[in-house]
Amino acid sequence: MSDINNNTNNKEDKFLAEENKKRTVIGPDGIEFEIDPLKDYFCDQKPEVRDPKNKVVEKFINWARAESLWVLGFGTGCGSIEIPPLLTPRFDAARFGVQMRATPRQSSVIIISGYLAVKTLKRVIRSYEQMQSPKYVLALGSCTINGGMYYDSYNTINRLDYYMPVDVYVAGCMPRPEALLAGFNKLKERIKAGRAEGANEYAEKFDWYKANQKKIIKDWNMPDYNW
Amino acid sequence: MKSIINDIKTRFEISDIVKQRDNFNFLTCKKEQTVSLITHLKNIEGFSHFVLLTAVDWIEEGKFQLTYILNNPDKKIDIGIRTFIERETATMDSAHHLWEHVATYQRELKEMFGIDFPGSPRVDESFILEGWDDIPPYRRDFDTKKYSEETFFPREGRTTNDPTEYMKKKLYPDEEK
Repeated sequence: MSDINNNTNNKEDKFLAEENKKRTVIGPDGIEFEIDPLKDYFCDQKPEVRDPKNKVVEKFINWARAESLWVLGFGTGCGSIEIPPLLTPRFDAARFGVQMRATPRQSSVIIISGYLAVKTLKRVIRSYEQMQSPKYVLALGSCTINGGMYYDSYNTINRLDYYMPVDVYVAGCMPRPEALLAGFNKLKERIKAGRAEGANEYAEKFDWYKANQKKIIKDWNMPDYNW
Repeated sequence: MKSIINDIKTRFEISDIVKQRDNFNFLTCKKEQTVSLITHLKNIEGFSHFVLLTAVDWIEEGKFQLTYILNNPDKKIDIGIRTFIERETATMDSAHHLWEHVATYQRELKEMFGIDFPGSPRVDESFILEGWDDIPPYRRDFDTKKYSEETFFPREGRTTNDPTEYMKKKLYPDEEK
């Protein structure tokens, strides 16, 4: 009788479905561990600098990376309108090896296509951190350079390079798809030359980037680093 | 349109009537009577479509002006109800029970102007600005340029030179005036 009264866990779990309850499971390798399905699991270990040992192989890999840029389908601001024509037969980005991908895990390039509100910046940071390195950032329009026409807005950031390392800026308001293609070619040159080290830069100056991000995003309710 | 306005005039205290178009009039109403006037228009006069609710900051008079725009789809006429509330207290009766989407407008006004609508659903939750800790940004005493310069790491602009002075210095560095 006293057992029933003292067991508070039982009371909380009364309405939980069976598969959502906390339990111990045995993995395929025989190790026992506890899982809580209602808890969000993040790897919040800091990013590390990747230092390739073999420079010759790295050069070949960089060529391969440059020829197949997979872009995250993520649009902010007015520039997201410029991306659909880029993929249609008129501009046909596929001949440059540029394709759109649906999730951050599959993509290597993120296009910040215009002004960034603080609310969006939060989502951008999460998407950027979930991308696998090496990852590249292409910033479109004057809004990402100095704020553009929103330089005095209370809710849009002024310069992007304080929050994430930017590889190529494409100036204009708004840049046409041709300019975007030129930006992709510039990015390819950078990758082939081995200068597009944005992910390493992010890992090196991680504390500085985090401090800037946290200064802007007042209600920081996510893990410091998640991937 | 005329008959509707004349009918409303006998029932409510209407102070100011502005004719925008033949089928669009603005009325100014007292704060206490506004929600009952809207209810009357919706239930009896057939203004079944709520178009928008917006606010204007009259900082010199110390007032907020709220504008409710209603539409009558059968007769194809619009009506705008204006009301003034005190800027200091900034509280208004909620009208979310008439149309559900009024609550969204009220939530936005709470965040952007700081106008409170007690009882409106989710009015205290953040809407667009997550974690805003300054005065509401649409109030006219909020200096958006100053805020942006303090917060968003502005990029320093280009330096320009006065051509006459610059060339004088470059060509005749010894000459002084």
